[in-house]
Amino acid sequence: MGTMRSQARLRHAWELLQEFYEGRHRGALAREKREEEDLFMLLVFSDMLGIPNPASYYTLELLPVLYDRFHEWHMRMGMEKSPLDGVSCC
Amino acid sequence: MNAILLAVLGLSAFALGYLFYARFIGQRVFRLDPDFETPAHAQEDGIDFVPTNRWVLWGHHFTSVAGAAPIVGPAIAVIWGWLPAFLWVTFGTIFFAGVHDAGALWASIRHEGKSIGALTETVVGERARSLFMVVIFLLLLMVNAVFAIVIAGLFQDFPSAVIPSWFVIAVAMGIGWALYRRGVPLLWPSVVGLVLLYSSMFVGSEVPVSMPDAFGLQGAAVWVLILFLYAFFASTLPVWLLLQPRDYINGLQLFIALAVFYGAVVLGNPGIVAPAYNTAVPEGTPSFVPLLFVTIACGAISGFHGLVSSGTTSKQLDRETDVPFVGYLGAVGEGSLAIAAILATTAGFATVEAWQGFYTVFAEQGVSAFVLGGGNIISDGLGFPEGFSQTFLAVMAVLFAATTMDTGVRLQRYIVQEWGSIYNLPFLRGRWISTTVAVGACIALAFGAGEGGGTGGLEIWPLFGTTNQLLAALTLLILSVMLLKRRRGTIYTLVPFAFLVTMTVWALLVQLRGYWEAGNIPLVAIDIVILITAIWVGLEALGALNRSRKGGEDAT
Repeated sequence: MGTMRSQARLRHAWELLQEFYEGRHRGALAREKREEEDLFMLLVFSDMLGIPNPASYYTLELLPVLYDRFHEWHMRMGMEKSPLDGVSCC
Repeated sequence: MNAILLAVLGLSAFALGYLFYARFIGQRVFRLDPDFETPAHAQEDGIDFVPTNRWVLWGHHFTSVAGAAPIVGPAIAVIWGWLPAFLWVTFGTIFFAGVHDAGALWASIRHEGKSIGALTETVVGERARSLFMVVIFLLLLMVNAVFAIVIAGLFQDFPSAVIPSWFVIAVAMGIGWALYRRGVPLLWPSVVGLVLLYSSMFVGSEVPVSMPDAFGLQGAAVWVLILFLYAFFASTLPVWLLLQPRDYINGLQLFIALAVFYGAVVLGNPGIVAPAYNTAVPEGTPSFVPLLFVTIACGAISGFHGLVSSGTTSKQLDRETDVPFVGYLGAVGEGSLAIAAILATTAGFATVEAWQGFYTVFAEQGVSAFVLGGGNIISDGLGFPEGFSQTFLAVMAVLFAATTMDTGVRLQRYIVQEWGSIYNLPFLRGRWISTTVAVGACIALAFGAGEGGGTGGLEIWPLFGTTNQLLAALTLLILSVMLLKRRRGTIYTLVPFAFLVTMTVWALLVQLRGYWEAGNIPLVAIDIVILITAIWVGLEALGALNRSRKGGEDAT
């Protein structure tokens, strides 16, 4: 029993240390990730914006995956409705 | 007077402060409510708003607010003797800093986790917010310039610190790379990182590196330039690669260093050689009233803490009743660092003559006195070699100052980019140009303000303290207005506010005369700007208090 409790305690301390490492910059990292993902979305949707995309044959497959994120993006950018004719998410 | 007694007096005063005063403030004044839904829960998003264990949150809060400032300030201030510095740190922490830090946290969670800047606009008005931005920019400018000078001075005085101080950057990047690119669990990189850091101190003690004079500049000035070149790149590198692991290692190292230092004090029990009140201060030393109260800012009360409290900590607070634990104890941690600095600079010397021989000019030798005196205490108490002990403390001070610079330059860049957006100057929004503007301003100040091009003493230090206190006063004012609107006692925030405003304005006038007589035009200009802001803040305060006394709306 005693060892189990001390093991649990050790695991808890371990989680706290992990949290100590990650917590402080979580926001900054998440924002950086979001910016990179926005860039990726621009790539995938580039055809609809009139930017020729040599890989459109492949990126077309990604459209359904990014559909929800696209809605979240245009709301975040302060656009009530989808700015693209081809995508009518709302 | 022996050092153990002083340490015990200080630390037990903090404990009483937390047990009684913090509880009183929390229950009677802030009326903390365990059922109140904090922003971390109400607006939880997994990014900024995350309910966090109070120990972890306290760790983040303390390591974010602890920097080189609670070392440099007391180390300069003991020139008036140990008693004034000790009393100001003890009473300041208990009645000023604790209330201020916990108060900023409470104010923020009662306003959807808004930062103090945004709160100023809500509670006082738009004009006060613009004042706030000016104060923050000046504060960052001075902190970056002054810490570059501090690090350069340490490198010149303790060449053994050069190798470990730069090596830790490689260690940090190694940890960042191992965790994010390789997915190694945290334990091994932490252990290996710390072992490497402390071994590099041995290497540094064996292989000191001195910077020669070059390009017509003194060695220290060359270091200042190198440091800003580093800060330029560091502030643009990805957070996970440098900033995050560096803050982490620095945090661990802070706890280890505090434990080592207080352990050495207990085992060695050195006597305090410096006088309690120094009647033979060197010529040119200003009177301790009001200068003491701006020389020791962090460690007694510091406005910078309010920025951290309301900027990030408030968004992660799990329960409102954690406010005293995180906010008040954060200030207590800082206070115990300041007491360590007082002990190192007053008990670490063999005789009072040796001490006086060190403190010959005001605001010049502070940090080196901390490293030398503290090094003596550690090597006497724990039996470490003297060279290693000094390197240990010099590296600690360098790392504190350097991590603050890393963050400071980054924050300054954000402000410049924001100005680019507000005033429609698109070129300022780019990463490289905005960083160049930020770093350029700091270099101009570092070289323009001191004599001898970036190598002068720390003339700018008290001015930095003044700005920091002004920011604290502004936060206390916002708290007072909030409390008045809720019909609660405002005396606990208004008395510190009045004290701080009086002392900062007085100190600004004293310093203005000093800088003018020394012909130091850049500092005269900054002093005047801060003076105008200080008086303005006072007027805004009276206006806002008057309005809310008459109005007295909302009682949430």
